[in-house]
Amino acid sequence: MESRRNPRAVVDPKVRQVGFFTSSQPDSTYQPDPIASESHPVVSSISPSGNSLSPVMIPPPRHNSSDTFPLRAAAAASAVSPSSFSYSTRRDFPDGSMTASPGRVSRASFSKPSSSLPGVGMDSMAAAKSSSVPASGLTTVSVVNMPPGLSEKESDQKKNSKPLKEKTTKAERRALQEAQRAAKAAAKAEGGKAPLVSSGSVASTNVKVTKPAKPSSQKNDVAAVAAGPSEKKGGQAEKDRKKDAPHPRMQYDDESRVVKAKRRAVVKQTEAKNRVELFRHLPQYEHGTQLPDLETKFFQLDPMHPAVYKVGLQYLSGDISGGNARCIAMLQAFQEVVKDYSTPSEKTLNRDMTAKISSYVSFLIECRPLSVSMGNAIRFVKNRIAKLPITLSESEAKAALQSDIERFINEKIVMADTVIVKHAVTKIRDGDVLLTYGSPTAVEMVLLHAHELKKKFRVLVVDSRPKLEGQLLLRRLIKRGINCTYTHINAVSYIMHEVTKVFLGASSVLSNGTVYSRVGTASVAMVASAFRVPVLVCCEAYKFHERVQLDSICSNELGDPNAISKVRGREDINYLDGLTNNANLQFLNLMYDATPSDYISMIITDYGMVPPTSVPVIVREYQKEHSLV
Amino acid sequence: MWRRSASFVLDKHHNNKPISLTPSLDSPPPLSDSMAEVNPNPNPVSAYYQTRAKHHGIVTSDWLEQAQAAVVRYPDKDSPVAGRRPFSVIEEFDNWRQQPDLAEAVAAIRALAAVIRASEATTMMELEIELKKASDTLKSWDTTSISLTAGCDLFMRYVTRTSALEFEDFNAAKARVLGRAEKFGEISYKARKIIAVLSQDFIFDGCTILVHGFSRVVLEILKTAAQNKKLFRVLCTEGRPDKTGVLLAKELAKLDVPVKLLIDSAVAYSMDEVDMVIFGADGVVESGGVINMMGTYQIALVAHTMNKPVYVAAESYKFARLYPLDQKDLEPALRPVDFGVPVPPKVEVERSARDYTPPQYLTMLFTDLGVLTPSVVSDELIQLYL
Repeated sequence: MESRRNPRAVVDPKVRQVGFFTSSQPDSTYQPDPIASESHPVVSSISPSGNSLSPVMIPPPRHNSSDTFPLRAAAAASAVSPSSFSYSTRRDFPDGSMTASPGRVSRASFSKPSSSLPGVGMDSMAAAKSSSVPASGLTTVSVVNMPPGLSEKESDQKKNSKPLKEKTTKAERRALQEAQRAAKAAAKAEGGKAPLVSSGSVASTNVKVTKPAKPSSQKNDVAAVAAGPSEKKGGQAEKDRKKDAPHPRMQYDDESRVVKAKRRAVVKQTEAKNRVELFRHLPQYEHGTQLPDLETKFFQLDPMHPAVYKVGLQYLSGDISGGNARCIAMLQAFQEVVKDYSTPSEKTLNRDMTAKISSYVSFLIECRPLSVSMGNAIRFVKNRIAKLPITLSESEAKAALQSDIERFINEKIVMADTVIVKHAVTKIRDGDVLLTYGSPTAVEMVLLHAHELKKKFRVLVVDSRPKLEGQLLLRRLIKRGINCTYTHINAVSYIMHEVTKVFLGASSVLSNGTVYSRVGTASVAMVASAFRVPVLVCCEAYKFHERVQLDSICSNELGDPNAISKVRGREDINYLDGLTNNANLQFLNLMYDATPSDYISMIITDYGMVPPTSVPVIVREYQKEHSLV
Repeated sequence: MWRRSASFVLDKHHNNKPISLTPSLDSPPPLSDSMAEVNPNPNPVSAYYQTRAKHHGIVTSDWLEQAQAAVVRYPDKDSPVAGRRPFSVIEEFDNWRQQPDLAEAVAAIRALAAVIRASEATTMMELEIELKKASDTLKSWDTTSISLTAGCDLFMRYVTRTSALEFEDFNAAKARVLGRAEKFGEISYKARKIIAVLSQDFIFDGCTILVHGFSRVVLEILKTAAQNKKLFRVLCTEGRPDKTGVLLAKELAKLDVPVKLLIDSAVAYSMDEVDMVIFGADGVVESGGVINMMGTYQIALVAHTMNKPVYVAAESYKFARLYPLDQKDLEPALRPVDFGVPVPPKVEVERSARDYTPPQYLTMLFTDLGVLTPSVVSDELIQLYL
């Protein structure tokens, strides 16, 4: 998709307007895309006047703590997007100021299993459609966000929903609201009650995507206007509370959902202030604030099992990191949970246990977003719970579950690693110079085993800030007497000419062969491929996923921004001190990146050595195996 | 550094020559050693290529019929002495192998089927063990032949991958297994015909085909095309030092197909007038690449650069669980190279008989499973080995 920059529209350099700018879009019927609208469908701004332009003009209230939120930049222009962002907008406010409002649109309640709002998607769209712009000549174009990552979600009901969002500065929004309120008053006079009522269901929908509880003043203004739907809102809020955990890959730029998630949250995270626009859909919290808080709460947390709590704390503090380690820790915690579990009266074990597991998972997500390995493991556990025959007694069921989890850990992780090592050592020849990046557990095992087999090779460990994980690997290799060289990623093109093979680990491998791994892996793989050095990725099959990712942006994890602004132990070069809250400076500490399959020579899994094109086959066979098991 | 470990775990390390291997594993031999000293293969020349060299002179269809008839007629061998087991397998295999039109792997498959038939095992486990032993013996007979190894392995997987093994009645189970074995033999045997039929669509009137090496599958394809009255011409590379080009040219001339012989170096020169390149394969590896006679990689590279399609015709039993990362990652297979003049004593000769062509240079694979892209090989193997 080409992005066309509108030359006139650049007011704020932080805001990039990209996409297809149209002057007007008089759509009266619902169209999946693109539709002219720019903010999320707050029902209150629905005007019945039938003005087809830009439905909802009231933007969502901003997070209170940030007055300096930069305008949302449309990311489509960036090299990112083969992912299907189609954005844009151009609006002329009555007061003449421009807003950039491409927003990332998140699907409304894309994963809420509850069916309390059945026609959510359609309705919200309809709301968006029918709401209108007060006659201010606003022109908007819809913003539709369909991140590829969302495709895997339960797309049953909510697929068509495309609630729209936009971010604007406070002043602009205020102006907007004033204008709209005026228009609304005018429109109401025309007997706009009917549409409001009809969109009452929409209102309920919109409740989900808006922030009913947000006390911000703008919202109140808006809420006041929508008198009709407000009762519905109250009712809906109750239902919302009962819902399950927020989807693990929730889009964090939708503030309503963030708020809702926070309400349920155990871990009180404070959002980081200064965030890069491109990554607004990922959660970013202030690091280090929650740990002491959580620690004090350790003995008070009734609904939370202590084992899960402990694991969560370990994630938060970074004690446990790495796909396998996290997954195993979580599964062992779940084993504890199962052991201590007793079915409450009038509940079935299947449902109740699943609900409990879901709540624990949401806690873990709050501590640190799930990795793909953990996601697959959770799916397995839930699957096993669901498949428990009703006739089993509680103790039998618990024993079965525990042994299932044990089996999973053994077969899919521990034994898989042995098989991977067995295959990989056949590829190591005497005289090899092997390069590895970071600290992948599988690769470490391969190197140690090869050394035991008395193969003569040396290892080049490439490392990068801020985690400096390579040093851990280096220590372990040196202890065994392996000849190692250590360097930073800046030097990777310098040393690549003497490397014969590159061994990398992966957090996950996606269906199109893309390897999703620690940030920096893609660079190493690309340099290796430029030097025609074969790149071998060692990854257990349980980490494979059927989703497809084309870039590193739509799904990632943001780490602690302070980690990159400071260098530990080097206070003298702390030049960024005091600038962390500067509005002009945003820190971006990505944790993962996606390596395209062209740079990968082979993937070593417990199914053998396969080319990257065979990953969907393995995923398919894997599911089959699971459904039979 | 001449020792290379194959990515495929071969049994030869255990069965055959532990003594000759260890010195080379411990320390790389000095570079000045000639290849012959280091090669642990008992025959300094790959037996596989020796056989092929013998076969190249004889191609008739009578042999084919005889071979087929022989299958039916072949009496059950009664060999009560366990010690004679391996012998009989090799003997049978040899019998089959001598027929020039029968691919080596098919011969092996037939031999293994005969093992089942002649087996006196009373339990499934015993039968499987016998089969495994026979298969290992066959594989160790010539470790450089990829299709042989692959064929044996696939046979084992195919035959044992049946629920018949859970039958309580051993005889029924054995009959079932035998049925599968013979079916596999049939499939493998007919593979060439199927491939020939499938590839007819790709040969159009007036096309120019470049061929390298003497592959019976490719010959079958061209024969069928000629029989279907297609007008095409063939450019044959000389195929030194095997002289495959000359032999192939002779065969094609018999079919009245216009043939032109090129020296191996003239491939890039003539690539402009070529419409497609067709190779056979010694083995198709898991990445989708092929292992074929030396020179294939070169031609594939040139063809790819000049945007000519490269087709590989290979039967499905040639899918091997190998995954070479580069040229040297294969089992070395050597053959004598005759330069026509004596080579000075201090000069080394590259005697490898085959090379590896990575999948990105191949357009399509013609197999008896259909016309496939190279990435399908791994899919098939995964499904079979899962």
